[in-house]
Order: sequence, then C-alpha cells, then structure tokens
Amino acid sequence: MSDYREIAWQGLWKNNPGLVQLLGLCPLLAVTATLTNAIGLGFATMLVLIGSNILVSLVRDYVPKEIRIPVFVMIIAALVTCVQLLINAYAYGLYLSLGIFLPLIVTNCVIIGRAEAFASRNNVAKAAFDGVMMGIGFTLVLMVLGACREILGQGTLFDGADLLLGDWAKGLTIHLWQVDTNFLLAMLPPGAFIAMGFLIAIKNVIDSKLAQRTMPANPEPAVTRARITKVS
Amino acid sequence: MAFKLASSPHLNTSAQTKSVMLKVMLCAVPGVLAQCYFFGWGAIIQLMLAIAVAMAAEAAVLTSRKRQVWPTLSDNSAALTGLLIGVAVPALAPWWITTIGAIFAIVVVKHLYGGLGNNIFNPAMSAYVMLLISFPLQMTTWVAPTGAALNDVSLLSSLQIIFQGASSQEILAYRAGFDGVSMATPLDAIKTSLSTGLTIDEALTLPSFSDGFGVGWAWINVAYLLGGLMMLKLKVIRWHISIGILGSLFVCAGVGYLLSPDTHTGPLLHLFSGATMLAAFFIATDPVTAATSPRGRLIFGALIGVLVYVIRSFGGYPDAFAFAVLLANLCAPFIDYYVKPRAYGHRSSH
Repeated sequence: MSDYREIAWQGLWKNNPGLVQLLGLCPLLAVTATLTNAIGLGFATMLVLIGSNILVSLVRDYVPKEIRIPVFVMIIAALVTCVQLLINAYAYGLYLSLGIFLPLIVTNCVIIGRAEAFASRNNVAKAAFDGVMMGIGFTLVLMVLGACREILGQGTLFDGADLLLGDWAKGLTIHLWQVDTNFLLAMLPPGAFIAMGFLIAIKNVIDSKLAQRTMPANPEPAVTRARITKVS
Repeated sequence: MAFKLASSPHLNTSAQTKSVMLKVMLCAVPGVLAQCYFFGWGAIIQLMLAIAVAMAAEAAVLTSRKRQVWPTLSDNSAALTGLLIGVAVPALAPWWITTIGAIFAIVVVKHLYGGLGNNIFNPAMSAYVMLLISFPLQMTTWVAPTGAALNDVSLLSSLQIIFQGASSQEILAYRAGFDGVSMATPLDAIKTSLSTGLTIDEALTLPSFSDGFGVGWAWINVAYLLGGLMMLKLKVIRWHISIGILGSLFVCAGVGYLLSPDTHTGPLLHLFSGATMLAAFFIATDPVTAATSPRGRLIFGALIGVLVYVIRSFGGYPDAFAFAVLLANLCAPFIDYYVKPRAYGHRSSH
C-alpha cells in the first residue's frame, strides 16, 4: 500500500506536474484567467491523463521499444479527440472559452511524460492511480492560479460557471468586491508568469520549513581530522 | 573590516551611493519644477506620494528580509525610484495607481531579485510598464498643460481628484484646451492624426502644438536636459548612454523624416517630446541595469534610441521609453559579454 501512498505524494506535492516538473506551462498560463476555465481545462487534462496511462500500461508489453513514442502520441490524440467532442457536446460555452487549448492537450508534456516515465513501466492499477494523482495535482495548481488571477483581475470567483455547469450555475458567481477598472496585468499572460513564480516560491518555502522541522536543529559535528593517513 | 586589495590602477573616489542618488534627485529638480508648472499641483502630489510609498515599501521589505533598515533606506535609491515613478505617472491619476506602481517597483522588481545592485530591470520603468498595460485609461489621461488649458486645477481640487476620484466630466474639463476639446499629449496627437490620414504638417496645427512645438512638453524636456547636463558636469553619469540614445534617435528620426516627411515626425520633435530627455539622462543611465563598459554603454544607448524610434513610429504606443529601456536591460549582460574593455597592460593578439 505504501507504493500508492508514494504515488499520491509524488503527484500531489513532491513531483507536482505544475509546480515542480513545470510541464504543460502553455495551457497552465494561458487559460487560467478565471477559475472556471482552470477547472474545465484541469478536468479535461485529468481525463486524458487517466485514459492514456491506462491504455499505455495495457499495451506496454506489445509495443516495440523503438516506436513507442508514436504509439503513445496516437493513443493520446485519440483520447483528446474524444474529450474535445464530449466537451463540445455537453459544455459548448466552455468549449468556446478554452478554444485552441483543448485540442492542444495533445501536446501537453505532462501526459506524454507520465506515459513514458510511469505508465510504460508499471501495471494498470498503479498507472491509473498515477494518472488520477498527477491529474489532481495539475488541476489544483490550475485552480489556485485561476482563483488568484480572477480575484486580483476582476474581483470575482466562479465567473462564467454557467459555461461549465449549465444555466443554474449563474448564481455561483461570487463578487468579492466591485472594481471600476479590471487589473489587466493579472488577466494577461505576464501576470500568469508572475503569479506562477510566487506559487513556486511559496512551495519552496513550505518545503524548506518542512525540511527544517524533520532535520535535527544542530546535528552533532562529526569529528574531522586534519590529515588522514591513507591506508594502501 | 575587510581589507580589499584591488588591482592597479588605484583610484580613490568619494562617491557613495547615498551622495550619487541625492545628486541625481537634485538635478531632476528643474524638470520636476517644469512639470509642476505645466501640470499643476497634481505632479508634486504624485511625486511625494510615490516617494513616501517607495520608502515605506523598502523599509517593510528590509524588515521582512531581516536586514538593517536605516543604512539601506538612507542610500536614497528607493527615494529615487519613487521620484521617477512620480514624474512618469499622469498628474491627476488616482492615488492607487502610484501606490501600486511604487510597491511593485520596490518589492517585486528590486527586492525579489536581491535588492539594490542585483535587479536586472529598471524598477521605475518596470512599474511604469506594469501600470501602463494594467490601467491604460488612467495612465494616458494627461491634463492640458498650463498655457493651453481652459481650466487650471487648484491644489484642493487636485487633492480631491487624486485621493477621492473624479467623474469623467471633471477629468474632461481639466483635459480641455482653449477650444474646449480635450488635449492629447503631442506624441498622442501625432499618432492619432496619422492614423486618421492627416499628414505631419496638418497634425502640427492641432492645439497640442499651438506654441509651435508641443505645448509644455518641449519645456519640460529642456528642463530635464538642463538637469542632465548638470549631472554630466558633476560627473554623476558618463555621457555614453545619453549620447547613444539621443544620437541614434536623432539619426533614425532624421532618416525617416528625409524619406517621408509627411508621415514621420522630425528629429527635433522626437528629441523634445515625451520622455526623451528624462529617460536619456535619468532613467537609462541607472548603473545597475545598464551595460558597464564605455563602448558597451554607447551600444546600449543606441539600442534604446532605435527601439524608441521603431515603437514610436510603427508600434501601438505613442511613447516607448519604458519598453525600450526594459528591452535594453535584457540585452545588457549580452552586450557586456561581447564588449569587454582591454585589460590594463594586456595586448590584443592581432
């Protein structure tokens, strides 16, 4: 069971695709202007990631090593097409607002990266679990980034939730404060880069605090000798 | 106390960050006074506000970084950053614009990179660019300069507009020239006239140019030029960067003007409008973010001049010094790598 705990820890924190591996930066920075978009894209990515991890893990023994990458890419492309058509059918507004970044999931390095690094070397159950955890990790980063940018940029949360969930969700939009002028920087790509930098910095601070807590404060200085006679 | 032995030639200098920054600020006084004359009390209020916020932000960051506050705060670098933001922001912009700008400059651009001497970008210009792309409306609303304005702004109403906000009608009233039409800055006026199909000669008949040369702005540039010459005389800056900027801007504008006088502004108007003199002497000469060798500085300045000309003439923004300075900041390490001065006593291999 500790295997699974390790996979979860890797996906959610230690090896988080958004904050540590820095994979899939393009959608991460481009579509996180609002929380709704972030959730939509995160969810789509997660679906593709789970599907591709399962399929790659299933076929891993039958694919010759030399052509594995093209096979993985075709599996991923097929899955992305499915997800894209599903979103087109059931959440058309979201489909429009995600635009090109939905089909671009196919080039998202998180997916091919996990397929190559994990799914092609592990059994189906572990690969699926890794997909879930990496997907959740990625989605969480997208959500935090989207929420920060939306709050700073236009003072709302869940703006446009009806695109994702249907008309009843219009009431979900929370107006935290009224702004006369949107803070455009937060909504433009440069703001995304700056916010991303801050998120990574916060993670590093937490990591170093954790490391300090687990390490003894003053390790006993080991006795070192000025000169060690070499035994030869 | 560390005893540092540098290689020869040994040269003693009394220049300290503190006195250099103070001299730069004093040399900016003529320009600041000219800006106050033409744009009223708002200019001086923005200046005070920006300096105060910048110093407060510096003190706060130093405390949180567990550094000594007073020695760094008294080197006047934060005050100078504040001053540059204060003169770059429109006189009647709301207070939060200046505040956000000053905090961004000090906290993000300066201290996240390690404080004075470690920042790769010019703090004041980064803050200006941040404000310009975030709040384009407020950052381009300049009041009509004195001598061309229909209504002059009193001290009380400037304070009111800056700290309590103003209706768009009030702002419009203060932007109005004698004919009641809101006045644009000279560079804005040229940009919009060209886009509506007027020629430069026709654009120069607009009220923004009623004294023949960009009302107010030309005098402000002359005042900053004066301050810049004072800095050269005091040896606070070297001439390379400033001459590089002014020279390349003059040459580019001259060539453009000769090729197509109807669609390109003359070189003198380029030199004496917008932020040209302020940037050439006070902003681009920041020793931290510029190239270091004399030849490198000439290249650095020339690069800024060319970029300014290109963006002013073909880009989307009427003035371009902030963008040009930031782009040149990016190139500074690259320039320094290729333009290394000959080491003393070392012969070139050719």
